[in-house]
Amino acid sequence: MIFFWAFVIGGLICVIGQLLMDVGKLTPAHTMSTLVVAGAVLAGFGWYEPLVKFAGAGATVPITSFGNALVHGAMQEMKADGVIGIITGIFEVTSAGISAAIIFGFLGALVFKPRG
Amino acid sequence: MASKAKNKKLTPTQIEYQTVAQAHEPPRPVLKNVLRAFFIGGAICLLGQIIQTFFITYFKFTEKTAGNPTSAVLIFISVLLTGIGVYDKIAQYAGAGTAVPVTGFANSIASAALEHRTEGLVLGVGGNMFKLAGSVIVFGVFAAFIIGLLKWAWTALGGAA
Repeated sequence: MIFFWAFVIGGLICVIGQLLMDVGKLTPAHTMSTLVVAGAVLAGFGWYEPLVKFAGAGATVPITSFGNALVHGAMQEMKADGVIGIITGIFEVTSAGISAAIIFGFLGALVFKPRG
Repeated sequence: MASKAKNKKLTPTQIEYQTVAQAHEPPRPVLKNVLRAFFIGGAICLLGQIIQTFFITYFKFTEKTAGNPTSAVLIFISVLLTGIGVYDKIAQYAGAGTAVPVTGFANSIASAALEHRTEGLVLGVGGNMFKLAGSVIVFGVFAAFIIGLLKWAWTALGGAA
């Protein structure tokens, strides 16, 4: 069942992005930024975690989960170290995604030739 | 608002041209785009779920810890497809369906890195990698910081965390 909901919820989040681009006439960069901030705000209210429980990768794969993960890292460290934890913890959860994107992206630029 | 401000600097002929051009602009096929975004975006998330379930079943990850390797694998696939020029073809078809998942984030980094490869490794690849992805990180981090501060103030005032 989790596979079905991953497909549906993930698809719906992409539909929101598509509507922002087509109907809201936002550029892709504006759309992505909006979705990340939306994910962070939902995480602030504690509403993103239930969605992850319900839809699994349907909620963790879209870029909204990046905002969610940033808030989670900040909150986690804040609980342990106080207000300074917001700064030290922000990248705690998202480190894997950002590092992987940098490392693979750099390797890709070394290996592949630009085209088009 | 922005277009109005821009129009002030244009001559009447230019404004006339713009209205004519706008009238002839083909309407965006919103429904078709939305359906494509839904199915391709859904399929990428489904693939993510399959990878995640694989990690949980065979590598003893829990539901919480499986997220990281799953994103890493998706990012790797995305960079590979970007490198051989396939991702951009899918993206043309799927629009937000390929842009919104984490694979789109990786694609924007990899394609910017590739595109500026000829300008050298430091100024080209290093300097331009985050050209598109940078805004996502900047706004995400700043939003998370504000939300963290608000939460901190809220708990300091005695609210429930």
